[in-house]
Amino acid sequence: MSVTDWTRATAAQMADALAAGEVTSVELVQAHLDRIAAVDGPVHAFLHIDAEGALETARAVDADRAAGVSLPRLAGVPIGIKDVLVTKGLPTTAGSRILEGWIPPYDATVTRRVREARMPILGKTNMDEFAMGSSTEHSGYGPTRNPWDLDRIPGGSGGGSAAALAAFEAPLTIGSDTGGSIRQPASVTATVGVKPTYGGVSRFGAIALASSLDQLGPCGRTVLDTALLHEVMGGHDEMDATSLDEPVPAVVEAALEGARMDLTGVKVGVVRELSGADGGYQAGVTQRFEESLAKLRDMGAEVVEVSCPSFEYALAAYYVILPSEASSNLAKFDSVRFGLRVEKTTVEKTMLATRAEGFGDEVKRRIILGTYALSAGYYDAYYGSAQKVRTLVQRDFDAAFERCDVLVSPTTPTTPFKIGERIDDPLAMYLNDIATIPANLAGIPGMSLPSGLAPEDGLPVGFQILAPAHEDARLYRIGAALEASLAAEWGGPLSAQAPELEVAE
Amino acid sequence: MTTMTYEQAMEEFDPVFGIEVHVELNTATKMFCGCANEFGAEPNTQVCPVCLGLPGAMPVTNQKAVESAIRLGLALGCSIRESSRFARKNYFYPDLSKDYQISQYDEPTCYEGSLDVVLDDGTVVTVAIERAHMEEDAGKNTHVGGSGGIQGADYSLVDYNRGGVPLVEIVTKPITGMGDRTAEVARAYVATIRDIVRALGISDGRMEQGSVRADVNLSLRPKAVAGESQDDVPFGKRSETKNVNSLRAIERAVRFEAGRQAALLLAGQPVVQETRHWHEDTSSTTPGRSKEEAEDYRYFPEPDLLPVEPSREWVEELRGTIPEHPAKMRARLREEWGFSDLEMRDAVAADALDLIAATVAVGTTAQAARKWWMGELSRVANDREVALTSLPVSPAAIAELQGLIDAGKINDKLARQALEGVLAGEGSPAEVVESRGLEVVSDDSALEKAVDDALASQPDVLAKIQDGKLQAAGAIVGAVMKATRGQADAGRVREIILQRAGVEG
Repeated sequence: MSVTDWTRATAAQMADALAAGEVTSVELVQAHLDRIAAVDGPVHAFLHIDAEGALETARAVDADRAAGVSLPRLAGVPIGIKDVLVTKGLPTTAGSRILEGWIPPYDATVTRRVREARMPILGKTNMDEFAMGSSTEHSGYGPTRNPWDLDRIPGGSGGGSAAALAAFEAPLTIGSDTGGSIRQPASVTATVGVKPTYGGVSRFGAIALASSLDQLGPCGRTVLDTALLHEVMGGHDEMDATSLDEPVPAVVEAALEGARMDLTGVKVGVVRELSGADGGYQAGVTQRFEESLAKLRDMGAEVVEVSCPSFEYALAAYYVILPSEASSNLAKFDSVRFGLRVEKTTVEKTMLATRAEGFGDEVKRRIILGTYALSAGYYDAYYGSAQKVRTLVQRDFDAAFERCDVLVSPTTPTTPFKIGERIDDPLAMYLNDIATIPANLAGIPGMSLPSGLAPEDGLPVGFQILAPAHEDARLYRIGAALEASLAAEWGGPLSAQAPELEVAE
Repeated sequence: MTTMTYEQAMEEFDPVFGIEVHVELNTATKMFCGCANEFGAEPNTQVCPVCLGLPGAMPVTNQKAVESAIRLGLALGCSIRESSRFARKNYFYPDLSKDYQISQYDEPTCYEGSLDVVLDDGTVVTVAIERAHMEEDAGKNTHVGGSGGIQGADYSLVDYNRGGVPLVEIVTKPITGMGDRTAEVARAYVATIRDIVRALGISDGRMEQGSVRADVNLSLRPKAVAGESQDDVPFGKRSETKNVNSLRAIERAVRFEAGRQAALLLAGQPVVQETRHWHEDTSSTTPGRSKEEAEDYRYFPEPDLLPVEPSREWVEELRGTIPEHPAKMRARLREEWGFSDLEMRDAVAADALDLIAATVAVGTTAQAARKWWMGELSRVANDREVALTSLPVSPAAIAELQGLIDAGKINDKLARQALEGVLAGEGSPAEVVESRGLEVVSDDSALEKAVDDALASQPDVLAKIQDGKLQAAGAIVGAVMKATRGQADAGRVREIILQRAGVEG
């Protein structure tokens, strides 16, 4: 293939071109480093760039390829890693000032798998502090901006990973999804993001937000690219006790099958409670969602409506469980062993001062909420009740999946809002994740992929697909089919329609 | 502060007590990571991201520790829960790397047991066990400067080698009705736990190294008045004396606390519910942090670990490995071996029961086995300042050595030389006898020549013997023994001398 700008290619195309000797990994890495240098000033997708490390990996891959060594499929294709994953020798902050300057002495399991796949790591992507947020405005290092409109949020918490894709700074990135942190940024940046089944990807080395909800997943510009990365990341890990002891689902095969655009016999359920049936969703979001449903029908799918009545309580339950677990997970940031230390006269005062200075407001808000919810005398009313809701949400999903192969909804109720618009209104911010949270409570897999631009503002709209636990492959089959049929209408991927970013000198 | 004697206190009040014993398991690795579980290494050399609580690290349960905990629970007559959970106990302290301890809370693995405790006079007391649960140990703080406590120290150092070491905590139900035998029962209970964990082989049971630690709870209540049942009198406020780490100290701590509380109550002052520190040097307690009552650990299920779900078959298999109750085993062995009480007590104190039993098992008499292990071998162990069990000699070797004596191949003196060779790693007793040429000389021609040589060098001796001074033969026996380096059979030498003198012995 003849390409003038490799950053516009898909990861699959890059992999094929590398294998065919049409491009070197060094050229690919350099093209992306140049792109980062040109546009990341205003976008601010990256917190740390490891140009030398990426080029070193690229050179080694190129040398091995020239020597005829057999290489993994994505060897030489560059990647960005959300700063929530620890990377040996590379700064890791989880977007928090409390970890500024910390260099982990070990690799997360997923980091190790990326290295074993011989993928050059471009750097670490920006995120809301400890993944708490839906806009990346809560990063301790300044917000990431949406490449579709620099005045708008790129979603969160994984705004950096999504914006890096939309700005063509990386063909693949890794995200983490606790209540929508992969899917919601994908939705508002016209990219693809997948939250796998809970336990499908090892969490070892992912800085925990809420351990029972967190799941790492792949982000890309196409369904196939995302599937390729999913297969690199996934699989059992003995370092994570909650990791599933089963093979990675055949998601690449499913994506290829989906691209043939035949959904005959597939039953798709529209979740009434997640689809704005009762209002509150932006008109353009609903319109694009309906159009995508029509595409699914055109390819042979049967579309039905299902109701999951307990989803009404999902957001409330989530905002009890998440802060409770987070309040405990974030206790270790106490100045004793790593990270920031604000020295005072006693260890108690030092811990207090360090946490007061190192944590941002949203983190403090959730630690306070969670500490309260777990307190003696309140546990049953809050944490206990929230766990019951969680069970009800799981039952609603079970019932819905008895009738349908997959469930669908718009990923978010609106297109991206303006930076600063909701920063002082946490509840409005939390509502962003209304459609994505139930999947985390139930541990099931979900995908967001582009379904077009809202006519009223020209901004991206995402389409969410949910599947039963362990059935991640269904997301890829349906997603690839919808992607193919929409691309046929658009004459190419939606990401290509993103406005040109101003290029720095 | 005024106190009363224990005896005075017992006249006025009815004591209620309970004991929490922490047992450090001797698994090869820690509770939730692969670090070595070893006492006494250089500070912070047995640590990894997991037990240091580094961001991203996750625990994985040590199945060997679960096995040990279940075996201990079975030995304590506990029921084993089909599904039990770990929980997080949240509190900030520098030696607690994650600032939460992984423990068990509402679902301990072992619950509702009972243990027979035999007092010195043979009285058997049955102690009700509430639970035995698994948890991880914390690290160790060392406060430098000041008085050695955290208050006033110049700085503090933390060693995380102990952090994550597996513990089982055994909690009794409140023990009542022991009256003035309370202190004795408390001591005997902990001694029995120590003996059981040693017999199970799950802990080295060394209280001086902290591998068995006890917290003693004690309260006093008024004695029942006529017509009232003591059971109807409500419990008083209790104190919890932490880290009482020897059997003697347990007895003393109970005595001190009873006296202290009695003095307060008689003076009309309240007993404060609090934790107290034990001071070995003064045999007294002082208050710990008084806000104990307000401490809220915010327990919740540990989301990083799966429930512990031992199969019924496995539990039954483990039940088959539970050794006899130590007190019952001792009574049986004392009977079988014909030991006196004193001999038995010495053997127990020297930790020699298993060694003697193993020596007896391969055919040695109990008294001969006792003679070796409690005599020469105890002396060697004492000289070398090592435990008897860690001497490089097996019960089988001792049995072999005794067999050589019994067969007349060597005498006691040669046997000690042979043992010296065995301890020096020169081989089995028979091999040492062979290589060092220690066998008793029973060849008459060699002895006759030695006797003749000796008689020739002391010509007057023969005449003395012939005059009836038979004791003069002793000088010749001594010379022969010297010439044969002790390998001659002294009795036979004497016979030959008398033959030469023409005197019948």
